[in-house]
Amino acid sequence: MSIALHLALIALLLALAFWTVVARETFAAVAGFVSYGLLLTLAWVALSAVDVALTEAAIGAGLTGALLIGATSRLRKTEAAARAERPGRATRVLAAIVATAVAAAIAACVLLLPDPGPSLAPEVAQNLASTGVGNPITAVLMSFRAMDTMLEAIVLLFGLIGIWSLASDRYWGGRPGLAPVVEPNGILAYLARVLPPIGLVVGIYILWVGADYPGGKFQGGTVLAAMWLLLLMSGLHDAPAVSQRWVRLALVAGPAVFILVGVLGVFVAGAFLGYPEGLAKPLIIVIEVALLPSLAVTLTLLLMGPPQRSESSP
Amino acid sequence: MNAPTLFGLCAAVLVGFGLYGLIVHPQPLRKVLSFNLMGSGVFLVCAVIARRGAAAGMGGDPVPQALLITAIVVAFAASALAVALMLRQFDETGSSSLSNDPGPAPAKPAAKGEA
Repeated sequence: MSIALHLALIALLLALAFWTVVARETFAAVAGFVSYGLLLTLAWVALSAVDVALTEAAIGAGLTGALLIGATSRLRKTEAAARAERPGRATRVLAAIVATAVAAAIAACVLLLPDPGPSLAPEVAQNLASTGVGNPITAVLMSFRAMDTMLEAIVLLFGLIGIWSLASDRYWGGRPGLAPVVEPNGILAYLARVLPPIGLVVGIYILWVGADYPGGKFQGGTVLAAMWLLLLMSGLHDAPAVSQRWVRLALVAGPAVFILVGVLGVFVAGAFLGYPEGLAKPLIIVIEVALLPSLAVTLTLLLMGPPQRSESSP
Repeated sequence: MNAPTLFGLCAAVLVGFGLYGLIVHPQPLRKVLSFNLMGSGVFLVCAVIARRGAAAGMGGDPVPQALLITAIVVAFAASALAVALMLRQFDETGSSSLSNDPGPAPAKPAAKGEA
């Protein structure tokens, strides 16, 4: 992309970010944030981070946007009261000074970055062959820094446990979200019938292609989660009670396989998460395939929130 | 001025916007929104650093890029937890205010016993 395009993109990003902060209505601010997230994917592409762009489009803009829109409509009643709490001019001026100072410090750091920048790319390129995968990002995520990815999967699980703990006692172990209302001839029900088969194929394809090209389990898992969410929102399918055994098994299966392969590495390769010579790629595929459904279920349930109905609720 | 530097400066301004919103907005939802904005600014700085490390035929240093993927996913989990917390507070008290003052008397349903 030429510099003019970059400048236009930056101007749009800044304008949308500004709107997100100053908009009066929360809903308008969230709408601004979702468009901002989608534009941000172009910034990742401009910075040659296509894998990150995919993640941003799927999770940063998509799932986070859905989450915030849902919360906005639930909290609409509190808008008026919140406006009365708006801080006075002095606080706002002070906040502007602090924000400007922090922004200036970061800008100075960006301008003072060493040239050429330090890089681990040569090391990654050197050792890429030993992992058997062709996409350097997947190699970092699943081999060189596999520990980070394992902990990330576990953090997602902890986040979900945290959300479930917010259920009130009588709904503990029940179903999240509102009872489904089916509108059999609505557009949502139509899309929920047509899209999931396609989405399923796309999600699994993104996982598979991630070994050599941009893609991977997080992006693929998000596509699968989106398909399930579509089914849930259309009312064609009800959310499962979170106490059901298959839900819990699906949630822990991915991280459990990851940990198991890691422990295996202690005995076979001499290090936690070490892969024996020649077996790196098969093991990476085992972990990724096990993680895909777990991530899809975790992301969906993170978005659905704590249980709000009893298990037997229709 | 080259593209990474331009995006880096853009990221600095984004962090500034996010921080301002985080301080000024009284609603927790707006704070989460601003915090996400601030986070995306930090991610952008990270992507700029990755881009500057382009070498060995790669468009950017893959290590910070992989870190970014992890960061975006974890940021979503944190936002989901924050939203769940504020919705629970709303269910409990009928308000989403963080203020200690009683303010305009939030309607308190008799939810204490069942919670």
